[in-house]
Amino acid sequence: MTAKTEEQELDLTRAYEIAEEEYGKQGPIIRVLQKVQAEYGYIPPEYLPEMAEILEVPLAKIFGALTFYSQFYTSPRGKYIVKVCVGTACHVQGAKDILDRMKDELKVGAGETTEDMMFTLEPVACIGSCGLAPLCLINTETAANMTPAGMAGKIQAIVEKESAGVAEE
Amino acid sequence: MAEEKKGGTAVMDAPAAKSGGLSVMPKRYVPWPEGNEKPQIWIGMGTCGTAAGASALEEEIQAWLKEHGMEADIHPVGCVGMCHNEPLVDVQVKGRPRVSYKKVSSKNLAQILKEHLQDGSASKRAAFGQLINPDEKQEPYDGIPNFHEEPFFKNQVKIVMQRCGVIDYHSIDDYLATGGYDGLKKAVTMSSDEIIEEIKKSGLRGRGGAGFPTWMKWKFARDAEGDAKYMVCNADEGDPGAFMDRAVLEGDPHSLLEGMIIGAFAVGAQYGYIYCRAEYPLAIRILNQALDQAREKGFLGENILGTGFSYDIIIKEGAGAYVCGEEMALLNSIMGERGMPMIKPPFPATRGVWGKPTNINNVETFANIAEIVVNGGDWYAGWGSETTKGTKTFALTGKVKRPGLVEVPTGTTIRELVEDIGGGMTLKKVGFKAAQFGGPSGGCLPGEFMETGIDYESLNSGGAIMGSGGVVVLDEYNCMVDTARFFMEFTVDESCGKCTPCRDGTALMLQILERITHGEGRLEDIEKLEQISGFTKANSLCGLGQVAPNPVLTTLRYFRDEVVEHIVDKKCRAHSCDELIEYVVLEDKCTTCGLCKPPCPTDALEWEKKQTAFINHETCIRCKACVMACPFMAIK
Ligand SMILES: Cc1cc2nc3c(=O)[nH]c(=O)nc-3n(C[C@H](O)[C@H](O)[C@H](O)COP(=O)(O)O)c2cc1C
Repeated sequence: MTAKTEEQELDLTRAYEIAEEEYGKQGPIIRVLQKVQAEYGYIPPEYLPEMAEILEVPLAKIFGALTFYSQFYTSPRGKYIVKVCVGTACHVQGAKDILDRMKDELKVGAGETTEDMMFTLEPVACIGSCGLAPLCLINTETAANMTPAGMAGKIQAIVEKESAGVAEE
Repeated sequence: MAEEKKGGTAVMDAPAAKSGGLSVMPKRYVPWPEGNEKPQIWIGMGTCGTAAGASALEEEIQAWLKEHGMEADIHPVGCVGMCHNEPLVDVQVKGRPRVSYKKVSSKNLAQILKEHLQDGSASKRAAFGQLINPDEKQEPYDGIPNFHEEPFFKNQVKIVMQRCGVIDYHSIDDYLATGGYDGLKKAVTMSSDEIIEEIKKSGLRGRGGAGFPTWMKWKFARDAEGDAKYMVCNADEGDPGAFMDRAVLEGDPHSLLEGMIIGAFAVGAQYGYIYCRAEYPLAIRILNQALDQAREKGFLGENILGTGFSYDIIIKEGAGAYVCGEEMALLNSIMGERGMPMIKPPFPATRGVWGKPTNINNVETFANIAEIVVNGGDWYAGWGSETTKGTKTFALTGKVKRPGLVEVPTGTTIRELVEDIGGGMTLKKVGFKAAQFGGPSGGCLPGEFMETGIDYESLNSGGAIMGSGGVVVLDEYNCMVDTARFFMEFTVDESCGKCTPCRDGTALMLQILERITHGEGRLEDIEKLEQISGFTKANSLCGLGQVAPNPVLTTLRYFRDEVVEHIVDKKCRAHSCDELIEYVVLEDKCTTCGLCKPPCPTDALEWEKKQTAFINHETCIRCKACVMACPFMAIK
């Protein structure tokens, strides 16, 4: 477990390679951003000017696409992404209460990450399993028919597991 | 409160015809694998099955088999639509029907496997149906209903979903064994005109929402001039509360591919894209595998089925933007840009991806095509209402007992959907209030529409739209103002901002709705909402803004009382708007048990032994802790 790493210069070599691989292909912007994010977990803003140069497209265009889509992130995210589905079916079954409880529990707002980089809270539109509403996701693990207390319990369990892990080191 | 909403004034025409005539629904059975003696087990492993715990089940089944020295073939299947009974497991032994078990968990799994695989019977308690394949000699089990007679399935007609949950989603052989690619094999012997004519006869209309006749779109694309053409599938399925496309993508990916290939053949397209939302990672994995399989078997790629016709498909993954479901925005997104809509014309049929003629259809539209080609347009038109032929899948969710994916002939009434298939309301004592059709661009229809046959026209005349087919059932605990506010919030988030009417109109409406739900509304707000709605509808650039006011308008039309009540009486009858709730203890229901007292964080709840509890409104923070704690629903 790395508790807190020192601020260090991010190695962007792989990101540059990705842009070079896509250079000259049709409509590369979204694809490059998706690949870079898959590699780094987010898109480092300092990468964008270089990306524009490699792809020979205006920086404004890249920035335009980046800010348009909700699934691109420009800062690092937590180890656990807590997604609370706020789609229609989940909404009418009380998703708001779950989201509010999560905000209290994690002491962050929607879309924010806890200071220890452990949790990111993310309300999401429909995950497409509405029959099991309300629904939450912790990373890729789905929690069906959730309640505020049920989710709080899951968060607590993770916190305990993580602090036990730190203690062991 | 719950006044009877049956009867009432019928605002629309009588239910439309929906009988199948002489048309027969295709029932699909996976044939027993030749020369195989091992039991076959199918686990519902779509996104929803997995969410309900199916992956753990697979391990437990493996462990059980090992422990008992047995072997079996285990297959993942997509979603049959029975969300309320997940996780589902099917078991079949040679010479007997395939039996479907519901709500399988580590508690009852061992019992099911023992009875089925060791005792040679079927576990009646957990089984809900058996699939008796008429083509094979199978000895049925006593006391287990026929799968197709199960109440949830009995009133459904499955064309699009016929293989979902039945065939192994990794297996092209299962698809081929259940009539797969017969449509393509027939189509390549037909002329483009003949194919388009069959689609025309079928009356198929786009299932993506707008309901545009599919044959006409194909004809435009075919007649457009261009050295290259594109056949694109819209698998963005952005409407919250809709997941029918996901079921097809995961459960029967080849039916989509087959429809696209037939379409490409008919319009003369060489290239294709499937634009799939990133929230569906499993669907994308399954689709990629299906593409490889189709190429390997010669259904896709160069020289398809030896005809000289070539067509190939690439998957484009979305990046989270609802408006990308709109076709022009989708094209921009495919080209790697911001997904912004554009002024039409030019339409995609003349200038689409990379400036070439492009045809875009929805997943469900494509999934109908092969069946229409095989059985003929008249067969398909045998189902449905006067104006909308065939079937439509609906994602039935909200406050019904049996939520799930259902496929019914158009013209089926809301009552049949909610009561016969959905099993009625979740809570016996809390009545039906409205059915919300079409997601953020749709509207809420109240009880007086119960007997209305559902099709594009009837929903439109009621102020809702079919949209992609999401149906959310609301009960007396759901506030209509809050529901309108919820959808408007979604639209404000998702408006791309390109045109002012949509960007500002929706934001203004949201402001007003928020004000009303906070108890700060003014009477003139109602008129203002109507004004802004009209303006936004008339002047927005794309469908997003043109239909965004629908939820507000239907709320004002059918639930005006409730809106006025929020404004004038500062009251929310559904007890949903936090600022407007005053919880009270119902004296006739309170048993004086005192269970409500300990959870109250502010001591606003006063209770003494043998006395009815009382809530002090000065200190109550409306946290609902007492409501949750009361076993007698005595606090409202
Ligand atoms: C805001 C907006 C969102 C849309 N979202 C979708 C969608 O998620 N899936 C879809 O198939 N069609 C969607 N559509 C409709 C498409 O623009 C288009 O009409 C459809 O894909 C055409 O296919 P069809 O003729 O088979 O229905 C949307 C339209 C608008 C205006």
